[in-house]
Amino acid sequence: MSMKLLTGNDLRTGEVTWWTGTGWSRFVENAVDVDEHGEAIATEEIGARRVNAAYVIDAVDTPEGPRPAHIKDRIRALGPTVRLDLTLKPADPDAGSWVI
Amino acid sequence: MYKYDKYDQAIVDARVEEFRDQAARRIAGALTEDQFKPLRLKNGLYLQLHAYMLRVAIPYGTLDSRQMRMLGHIARKYDRGYGHFTTRQNLQYNWIKLEEAADILADLASVEMHAIQTSGESIRNVSSDQYAGAAADEIADPRPWAELIRQATTFHPEFSYLPRKFKIAVTAAEEDRAAIRLHDIGLKLVRNGAGELGFEVYIGGGMGRTPFVAPLIRPFLPAEHLFSYCEAALRVWNRWARRDNIHKQRIKILVHDLGQEEFTRQVEEEWQAILPNQSDVPMVEFDRIAAYFVDPPFEAGAPDEIDRSDPDFALWVDQNVVAHKAPGYAIVNISLKPIGGIPGDASAEQIELMADLAERYSFDELRVTHAQNIVLPHVRKADLYALWQTLSENGLAEANLDLISDIIACPGLDYCSLANARSIPIAQKLSQRFGDDRQREIGELKLKISGCINACGHHHAGHIGILGVDRKGTENYQLLLGGSGAEDASLGKITGPGFDEDGIVDAVEKATQVYLDRREEGERFLDTYRRVGMEPFKEAIYG
Ligand code: SF4
Repeated sequence: MSMKLLTGNDLRTGEVTWWTGTGWSRFVENAVDVDEHGEAIATEEIGARRVNAAYVIDAVDTPEGPRPAHIKDRIRALGPTVRLDLTLKPADPDAGSWVI
Repeated sequence: MYKYDKYDQAIVDARVEEFRDQAARRIAGALTEDQFKPLRLKNGLYLQLHAYMLRVAIPYGTLDSRQMRMLGHIARKYDRGYGHFTTRQNLQYNWIKLEEAADILADLASVEMHAIQTSGESIRNVSSDQYAGAAADEIADPRPWAELIRQATTFHPEFSYLPRKFKIAVTAAEEDRAAIRLHDIGLKLVRNGAGELGFEVYIGGGMGRTPFVAPLIRPFLPAEHLFSYCEAALRVWNRWARRDNIHKQRIKILVHDLGQEEFTRQVEEEWQAILPNQSDVPMVEFDRIAAYFVDPPFEAGAPDEIDRSDPDFALWVDQNVVAHKAPGYAIVNISLKPIGGIPGDASAEQIELMADLAERYSFDELRVTHAQNIVLPHVRKADLYALWQTLSENGLAEANLDLISDIIACPGLDYCSLANARSIPIAQKLSQRFGDDRQREIGELKLKISGCINACGHHHAGHIGILGVDRKGTENYQLLLGGSGAEDASLGKITGPGFDEDGIVDAVEKATQVYLDRREEGERFLDTYRRVGMEPFKEAIYG
């Protein structure tokens, strides 16, 4: 099922973050469908400096959690595919399997 | 090497504190991102795919061991333990925190470094020959001229809000190792019939979306007029540049639109008009700068023989060691292209080790090459074996300079928010496919990969070039043949429809097989391509 996610970067650290409905998480698994509310949430969160450069993306809801539709956002979600030691799940050998 | 005087240091220190204040105001909410973005870009700080990215300037690719050590320290303290050497002879950190960026700039300033003009619509880091001051084939060291341009243009108000970025390269050797004809201005130091120093001036080259090889605009510019002539060219561009269309703003488009003859006429006219202003940098200032670039104290009578009894060492010498102007010395290329590795990446430990080796074996000097390797420019031949042993023990002795596995690759979709496709995995697969004896059988073959049309990976200038494109949301790769960034500069041509990740590797293999089947005595891949043309390659790849 298709869905919309809101993503951005933490202002201070630059880390990729995902809107969870109540705040921001580094893990895309925690992201929620923002439907048509993404822009409004982004404006408020940017104004409060809880996020930087936020934007809405297309995603698909899967049994394993939300998966960004575009490869660029999937790479953002996990980390560089060529440095799996630096991904958000470095201990999981399959961490990169859903990105490409 | 150039050393900061008190004015240089004061300017850079003041810039750090200015940025510290700007970053703090951004974090406190006094500046919006729209207000802050141009300020951070003036200090090389981007917001990239995963985090902030900081691009550090390495002027004309030259640095000393103290500076190199600082780059390693920053990688370890503020980043994730590594850095990426770029095709503009700079270094990028991929995981920077805004709240620490000013501290990093302060650390850089403490070793006479900065990130100024590594981004934005400015005159970027002037690039040069990585063998400058050491090459056996140069007529003079080009770096004092590069430093002169750097000083004369840094913070110059006329060049602070240019229509677009502007890249200048300076060389002084017959062999072009800095791709000067693919720059906005390319300068080649020459002597005229009377023995005077001057420049061949090429203007209007570049890669990106619309690539051009720069035409020769002036065959001989007296060296002392370097700055005023560049100023004249920049003024003509500033006057006519297409500020209405981001894709048409570079000077190459203007040179193309006006035509070489009319562009030259306008630059010459402007130059004559500004000459009375005496804006050229006085030669006494040039002499002050040049004094920093005198030869190190080479040992007279240093032994010229190399003991080649270790075959792995001999292989490395043959591939990665280059002739030096001083007897008994050699130029060493440290490959940052281990088979299956990430082109241009080096760990903090490797960066620090290379700094130590430079201090011990190369008069404290290193160079970054536009091909994303490191050079130790002045090594005694008698020290080569010991140096090689240490490099080998630390994964830095790949003997592949200018071979097919010595790939230039931009960060691509693994790191870059502008990318269409990943570059690094393609480089890794190719180097694994060819990284055995096959690459030696093929010989010189410059393979260059970009993850999008911006061409940071110089794909137009590769003997084989690969361009990543987005085809309906999936990565696709176009193959180009016949490019060169050297003195025989040319732009590669697309073979035809693109390929997926595995298909592009197979296509490269087929292209190299055509070369192996058809090459004549002494021909490189590029020579064979130029002789036989595209057709046989197309047939093999698509037939
Ligand atoms: S060529 Fe494109 S993908 Fe590669 S670094 Fe440049 S902008 Fe990014």
